[in-house]
Amino acid sequence: MSKKNSEYLINRKDNQYEVIIGLEVHAQVLSESKLFSTSATKFGAEPNTQVSLVDAAFPGMLPVINEFCVKQAIKTGIGLNAKINKRSVFDRKNYFYADLPQGYQISQFKNPIVGEGKVILDMPDGQKEVGIERLHLEQDAGKSIHDLDPQNTFVDLNRSGVALMEIVSKPDLRSPDEVSTYIKKLRSIMRYLGTCDGNMQEGSLRADVNVSVRAKGSKEFGTRCEIKNVNSIKFMQMAIEYEANRQVDLIEEGKSIDQETRLFDTKKNETRSMRSKEDAHDYRYFPDPDLLPLEVSDEFIKDLKNNIPELPDDKKKRFIDEFKLSPYEATILVSDIDTAKYFEEVVAKMGKNKDMKLAVNWITGELFAVLNNKNIEISQSPVSAKNLAILVNLIKNGTISGKIAKTVFELMLDGDKDPQKIVEEKGLKQQSDPKAIEALIDKIINDNREKAIEYKSGKGKLFGFFVGQAMKASGGKANPQLINEILKKKLQ
Amino acid sequence: MSDITKQSLTELVENIKNKKLSSTDVTKAFIERSEKSKELNAYITEDFTSALDKAKRFDQKPNLDLKMPGIPMAVKDLFCTKDVKTTAGSKILNNFVPTYESTVTENIWKEGAILLGKLNCDEFAMGSSNETSFFGNVQNPIDKDLVPGGSSGGSASAVAGQLTPITIGTDTGGSIRQPASFTGTVGLKPTYGSCSRYGIVAFASSLDQAGPMAQNVKDCALLYEIISTYDSKDSTSIDFKRNQYSKELTNNIKGKKIGIPKEYRVDGMPKEIEDLWQKGIQYIKDCGAETIDISLPHTSYALPTYYIVAPAEASSNLARYDGVKYGFRAKGENLIDMYEKTRSEGFGTEVQRRIMIGTYVLSSGYYDAYYLKAQKVRKLIKNDFDEAYKKVDAILTPSTPSSAFKIGEKTDDPVSMYLNDIFTVPVNLAGLPGISIPAGHDSKGYPLGLQVIGKAFDEQNILNIAFAMEEKINFKNKITDWWIK
Repeated sequence: MSKKNSEYLINRKDNQYEVIIGLEVHAQVLSESKLFSTSATKFGAEPNTQVSLVDAAFPGMLPVINEFCVKQAIKTGIGLNAKINKRSVFDRKNYFYADLPQGYQISQFKNPIVGEGKVILDMPDGQKEVGIERLHLEQDAGKSIHDLDPQNTFVDLNRSGVALMEIVSKPDLRSPDEVSTYIKKLRSIMRYLGTCDGNMQEGSLRADVNVSVRAKGSKEFGTRCEIKNVNSIKFMQMAIEYEANRQVDLIEEGKSIDQETRLFDTKKNETRSMRSKEDAHDYRYFPDPDLLPLEVSDEFIKDLKNNIPELPDDKKKRFIDEFKLSPYEATILVSDIDTAKYFEEVVAKMGKNKDMKLAVNWITGELFAVLNNKNIEISQSPVSAKNLAILVNLIKNGTISGKIAKTVFELMLDGDKDPQKIVEEKGLKQQSDPKAIEALIDKIINDNREKAIEYKSGKGKLFGFFVGQAMKASGGKANPQLINEILKKKLQ
Repeated sequence: MSDITKQSLTELVENIKNKKLSSTDVTKAFIERSEKSKELNAYITEDFTSALDKAKRFDQKPNLDLKMPGIPMAVKDLFCTKDVKTTAGSKILNNFVPTYESTVTENIWKEGAILLGKLNCDEFAMGSSNETSFFGNVQNPIDKDLVPGGSSGGSASAVAGQLTPITIGTDTGGSIRQPASFTGTVGLKPTYGSCSRYGIVAFASSLDQAGPMAQNVKDCALLYEIISTYDSKDSTSIDFKRNQYSKELTNNIKGKKIGIPKEYRVDGMPKEIEDLWQKGIQYIKDCGAETIDISLPHTSYALPTYYIVAPAEASSNLARYDGVKYGFRAKGENLIDMYEKTRSEGFGTEVQRRIMIGTYVLSSGYYDAYYLKAQKVRKLIKNDFDEAYKKVDAILTPSTPSSAFKIGEKTDDPVSMYLNDIFTVPVNLAGLPGISIPAGHDSKGYPLGLQVIGKAFDEQNILNIAFAMEEKINFKNKITDWWIK
């Protein structure tokens, strides 16, 4: 497919429009405690049970930076091939809201901890680079709950003060599919690093989506709208599609687009104006005087760099070089860290005489199908990597046929049984003794003389009949290749 | 002993250690005098019953190795005290009882001291006369209807009036030194980062420091050595080598070089202030130290800089008082309405004025012209001091441009009120230590103070200079007990 064909364009009578998308992803830092307090961050706890005096902004309480969260942010920056800023500054973003106890959010405005970087997307028509503008650390707010009482709003401060990384992309994305791939790639990198669990259902990963459109070929950016707080990839794609079309319609009608913040209504599948540029908050950012500028040494960064695990891009390259996988196969296997781990364990357990192709096919075929059906992650796979490796080896060394292997695999699902034992107990071992197969075939030809004569006189279709009979007679265990060879000889 | 309350902290500690006095004796005496001194309005919250209980318990099993064994003491109501109401002088915290203790007060109780109560102050420490307190004016023991200064006005009044042997205040732009000067007492504003800000209701985070207020320099040194500790709960706390300040106190300042900054000779400064300063210079010389004329060229920008930086930080620090979580809440139609009513009714006019100034200078479009520029000037002011300290060991100035004024005299003129802090504010902006000691009286018989400014973390040096001068000055505070019937 040429690049041109895959271009995402919005078509109107005489005009074609390109869509420009930039993302501000909010990724919750994987950390036991909050960014500036020691409260726990466990998801799903009883409301207001993980709240310290600092989180609730009691008088005289002061923030103290959690070093672990700083390390997590720097590691993520390294994973995004980004510049790590040795000096960064925490600012206060001031606004009033019931779930913002301090009356300000501690964030990083002018001097973020991580600067420019990039991520590589594997698109169907090749690779695409997306620029990262910055990554900064900030506090999450609490949660306002409006639907528990007709009169009152309830506030849960468990999330108040939890560390977030805001990852801002350059406006380099051009289609809903690229957005999907980008989010998945970010999530993959952070899961490899252990810096964010990427769980979108639990709100660990959400994004503000900036969308603008322009006539195809134009170099100028159009006026953008920001769609706030979208929490699933599907909704992001739907929101972009709706929003881009809305903007194109306005242009086609000769109207102008207002720069504004919009909300995506998931029920009606449309974006709605939340506030215009004129109503935008004046956040009165200024450096938080309770915190000194954050300074990290070269050693500190080097230490973290030295302990960065192999990341998806490098792993993919290694899988291609070392295991001779196709780029497509490698991409599938590295996209999720647990899949990659599983695959590598299978490879290790297969030992010397391994069939890589076969292993990949079993993982991406049979195993993925089972996981999909059961709707579980590979980390919860009912078949361990070790036993899958044994199964693949049994096929490879001719102990069982591929067909029998599927039967064995079904049996393995119940309690991760050893395939070797299943084969032995059920007597499923492949019959590969040429003499025994010859005897079997002799008997079949003898019992079906007329058919043999018909075959020899030119009714070639009957070959299949003989194969079937031979398989049946062996209880499916005879080596199909041997059957073919011997039958051909005998029926000549 | 009828004169218990006249004794200094050092004397009381000695008498308790010698078992000449019990904690109960001392605590009773200060409670009795405090009871008789309601007209001063120095207390917001009295904790006398509990104090007496603690004193009795102390006497049952006295630990005389402590630095303040069984010594009762009241503290400014800006320090959060566990289970004791803490208001910051504001209606908005009128019902607030902390479940935690500030690090500074914690340090004090650990040395055996006992809380007497919480002392009046300007609302959120914003004021120079204690007139912005929701809990009313404080009287200066020096004379009726005289302000005690502010914002630590209740603290100054309580020490000068002998309602407490010693106390702590906080100083953001002069709030310890100016009231000390107005009441004839000693007040130390330590180096920024010396005393933990944990548990102190914040006014302007980059300027706030807690410090001792005492009857004499030695007491001041003792309390400073107790409250100055490194605290990991305050990110701006600094881990430096701290002295045994009271033990190492000496009046030997021979050979020290003391700078006299010409820019502190401001227009319209009363002659008696100039005369006091000259007297101070003479005392310095009498002690065998040397005075050197220096220049701090950006001094005149200090006050405007301060009145941008401090309100900016305050506007953000006070955002948490919104009626949602604790403190006063007014009824509202909706969230915004509740915010507006709570904050309009809960904050007094001076606090509201500063919140508005702070909000304005941080607004987009004004930030660069005000806040950012102020930060740059602040750096220049600090550089002035750094430059001066290449030549001198400390700096001597008047503490205030005038003596205490009458209640109501300046309430309608905020700018003239702000001018009170003209000599103290630069010290906060530069994060330096400064001490005010009583050095004389004006024509009305009101006390006047001199300020010694030191290098960062050089508290020992300015305490020594103050100690040496104190001996030469031999100041006697004129307390007539006019308020006791």
